[in-house]
Amino acid sequence: MWDMKKLINDPEDVVVEALRGMAAAHPDHLRVDLEKKVIYRKDAPVRGKVGLVSGGGSGHEPMHGGFVGLGMLDAACAGEVFTSPVPDQMMAATTAVDGGAGVLHIVKNYTGDVMNFEMAAEMADADSGIQVRTVVTNDDVAVKDSLYTAGRRGVGVTVLLEKIVGAAAEQGRPLEEIADLATKVNESGRSMGLALTSCTVPSAGKPTFELGDDEFELGIGIHGEPGRERRPMASARELAQQLVEPILEDLPRKDGQPVLAFVNGMGGTPLIEQYLMFNEVQTILAKADIQVARSLVGNYITSLEMAGLSVTLLTLDDDLIGLWDAPVNTPGLRWGA
Amino acid sequence: MATLDDVVAWLRDLAGTMKEHAAELTELDSAIGDADHGTNMARGTAAVAALLDESYDDAAALLKKAGMTLVSTVGGASGPLYGTFFLRMAGPLAGKEQIEAADLGAALRAGVEGIQQRGKAEAGDKTMYDAWAPALEAYDEAVSGGQDVGGSLRAAAEAAAEGRDGTEPLVARKGRASYLGDRSAGHLDPGAASTTLLLESAARTLG
Repeated sequence: MWDMKKLINDPEDVVVEALRGMAAAHPDHLRVDLEKKVIYRKDAPVRGKVGLVSGGGSGHEPMHGGFVGLGMLDAACAGEVFTSPVPDQMMAATTAVDGGAGVLHIVKNYTGDVMNFEMAAEMADADSGIQVRTVVTNDDVAVKDSLYTAGRRGVGVTVLLEKIVGAAAEQGRPLEEIADLATKVNESGRSMGLALTSCTVPSAGKPTFELGDDEFELGIGIHGEPGRERRPMASARELAQQLVEPILEDLPRKDGQPVLAFVNGMGGTPLIEQYLMFNEVQTILAKADIQVARSLVGNYITSLEMAGLSVTLLTLDDDLIGLWDAPVNTPGLRWGA
Repeated sequence: MATLDDVVAWLRDLAGTMKEHAAELTELDSAIGDADHGTNMARGTAAVAALLDESYDDAAALLKKAGMTLVSTVGGASGPLYGTFFLRMAGPLAGKEQIEAADLGAALRAGVEGIQQRGKAEAGDKTMYDAWAPALEAYDEAVSGGQDVGGSLRAAAEAAAEGRDGTEPLVARKGRASYLGDRSAGHLDPGAASTTLLLESAARTLG
């Protein structure tokens, strides 16, 4: 009797068995510490290069482990599904990837992730004197940013940041410059997501929330949590409008600056719908006289099998375009290398 | 007065308490969080219980080890928060074989200050701090009134329970529940609930 139809053996073993699979599938590129649950770039530490460490709960694949490799991350710490990893993991990763030029922690703005990375940075500094800088991504316009809340969530921009900052680290830019660049990328991007279904966390065994056939959740994060509000289902054209409008209201951008448009599937939405939505997004942007200079479409920061998608817009300049186009070779993103 | 043996008894009782209430904490967390608070607390406190057969110089050394273990095993936000609580609690107790009510008060205060620094929560944010703040106040008042460790902890646990119940109508301003905005009202905060359990366990076992 299967009360939960998933391709797993035991809910307890999902993360470690998936890591085993990553190691087996990409032996030329990755080294996986199964005990600490950290995925390393095979040739880490790269001498003289700033090390990039990210991590977070599992269930968002390919983020972050799938972005380890040339031109992106040096290490990714995997937590339990939707649960932050712990400082021991981040400490181990930080020590292992430091090539003498310091380490950047890339952290999505969730209370648990921020606190665990904060403790790890304090410990790394006290134990080994490794220079650690941290960037916290918080691009989700669904959450009203205020001094009195946990603030915006880190979502789609995290993927773009890991690619762009990874390219800069590969060029040998120093830690301070890398940290400033990371901050700039985060500040130049905004995202908004929607869900058509919930998702089932293996250890919970049932969907996190229920949604009627005629409704969708607007303003979701990436943990199967309910969104900001529930709205009546509508056409792709109308849904694209509801995602793009709040992004444009908030996106820092001067007239004439091009953008990178990123349509991201949440895990259970087919690419045909993602491309259809990309077309809608592109049409809205063209009407607003905004040039899409670069684009990305696909499942990159997911929420298990949730159906839905998010839109991220990132304002570009020549430096960012050059870094975006630079070679990257990871299981989840690969071009030019 | 409490001793190292009492602290051992407390941490053992705490693991049993969290296991017993795991489903209830997870249920509270599924309403406004991500449905793992009970599981995470049960896993972390069980890891602490596994340390209790080793020998320790004093209660401070044990509490420090317990704090590190919680940070490594609980995950999420609760790991750093409860881990910091025990780590900081150890400071004022260092070298003390006999823990008087005032010593424990200083340790609790140091622990709660650590929680507040780490979590940056204020009263009314619908977090565990809403149970800790009134508990500290009640503890100190009981000590001033001449109560011993046990009596003061019972006063603290009762105040924590009131604080926990007071989180129900609040709109969360910290943690994952804050993303729900007004939809977070009408539910107890899971962190305030586990804090109350921790203090009730302490009242049963210390002093």
